[in-house]
Amino acid sequence: MQRYSGFGLVKHALSHHENWERQWRNPTPKKAYDVIIVGGGGHGLATAYYLAKEFGVTNVAVIEKGWLGGGNTARNTTIVRSNYLWDESAALYEHAMKLWEGLSQDINYNVMFSQRGVLNVGHTLQDMRDIQRRVNANRLNGIDGEVLDAKGVQELVPIMDCSKNARYPVMGASWQPRAGVARHDAVAWGYARAADALGVDLLQNTEVTGFKIRDGQVYGVHTNRGDIEAKTVGCVTAGNSGVMAKMAGIKLPLESHPLQALVSEPIKPVLDTVVMSNHVHGYISQSDKGDLVIGAGIDGYNGYGQRGSYPTVEHTLQAIVEMFPIFSRVRMNRQWGGIVDTCPDACPILSKTKVKGLYFNCGWGTGGFKATPGSGHVFAASLAKGEMHPIAKPFSIDRFNTGALIDEHGAAGVAH
Amino acid sequence: MFYIFCPYCGEHREEEEFHPKGQAHISRPADPEATSDEEWGDYLFFRDNPRGVHHELWVHAVGCRKFFNITRHTVSYEILEVYKMGEQPSITAEHYAAQQGAASADKERNASQAKHQEGVRA
Repeated sequence: MQRYSGFGLVKHALSHHENWERQWRNPTPKKAYDVIIVGGGGHGLATAYYLAKEFGVTNVAVIEKGWLGGGNTARNTTIVRSNYLWDESAALYEHAMKLWEGLSQDINYNVMFSQRGVLNVGHTLQDMRDIQRRVNANRLNGIDGEVLDAKGVQELVPIMDCSKNARYPVMGASWQPRAGVARHDAVAWGYARAADALGVDLLQNTEVTGFKIRDGQVYGVHTNRGDIEAKTVGCVTAGNSGVMAKMAGIKLPLESHPLQALVSEPIKPVLDTVVMSNHVHGYISQSDKGDLVIGAGIDGYNGYGQRGSYPTVEHTLQAIVEMFPIFSRVRMNRQWGGIVDTCPDACPILSKTKVKGLYFNCGWGTGGFKATPGSGHVFAASLAKGEMHPIAKPFSIDRFNTGALIDEHGAAGVAH
Repeated sequence: MFYIFCPYCGEHREEEEFHPKGQAHISRPADPEATSDEEWGDYLFFRDNPRGVHHELWVHAVGCRKFFNITRHTVSYEILEVYKMGEQPSITAEHYAAQQGAASADKERNASQAKHQEGVRA
């Protein structure tokens, strides 16, 4: 792997940047691997990377139907935070946060992780009670957090309407300074390049059409480029997980919904943090290019179409303009939808299945991006050892039958 | 955006008047006390999540406030039929696949499409 550095940049400038190495190979599939990862998004690529780097499993294939990082990894609004309420999810997201903090160095790829802080704004007394409870829980779990009053919010975000005249006056917010945003595409590319350098085969334009299962044990997959064998298969296919599970005869408690987001035309820097509001239901940040990155709720119906309805866009923008009247005349540039696999308790599924050797990592719903490194790391550990990592254990699929749900609807809040 | 035919109001109305309520035709176990944890969990949480034809429950929330069913394609989002509570769908995944197979016969297709209560996307 050609190492990236400031010196390299200068060196390649002399040859007009025409001699950069390709970031990853385009290998032909082998007959068999030790581990197959289905799905080449952020989580799948991170899993492959940590398998190779931390657990010494380098005979790995990542099988991707389209191109790397072309699904929800490319469609989210890049927010990273770990201020979740319950111990189980706090542990998972904080594990990810710690990996985020060293990620660019670790994979020698600038993922532009910017810890600009996240505000979760409260507009009612109940909002504020919930915020206090959550921040206290976060602190007990060693996660940074503060409760701010309206004045504190106004100081951080001068352009926000924090007056008493607002339709939903801002009463305060939770503030996680270590939270922030990262460049979503760079995360996929960075993991892909680093995994490839360690010997992982990234197979693009390869669609898994079925699982090879004998006596309750998976031993490979059927693809449009022929059968590929492996005794361990990890399925990391986000919105399509229900379809994959059905191929293996497994039912998942997931429903796939469209989740839309949009960006404005680029404007001068006005917003140097991330603002989210459960109550008026919208969130916003500003990218380094200057576009406002905006999102809100899912479309309520099931859908695999990677697009949603206009009323949802309208409600989203109403919420934003309610909080930021200054943006009322900003024009929107692009709008898109992803397919999110939502779970009844707003928590992911990291689990073994009744098919031996077949694992699922799915159900991240509307907030999977922030967990990318942590999800990949604990899932890799589970695949390598054949035993779920302690952090992943509570997220077993059994919880929907035992009743040990982890209700994160509050902290998951606005779909993002 | 959907333009949905409410079978009770008898007219097409805009999507915003309606709410989707998830998968249709889920019946509560007749004897809940007798169900195992598996069966109860399956009833509460596990849903069909098909990439294709889906039967779902909707409510005309700011109209007549009645519940009814829609058969809809989850990729094209096309509404294939609308039917009242207690009725069964006439279009199923198998039926739909067969129909698509026979799509080359244009006449048939037009005739069968006319039968559906059309809910086009505006």
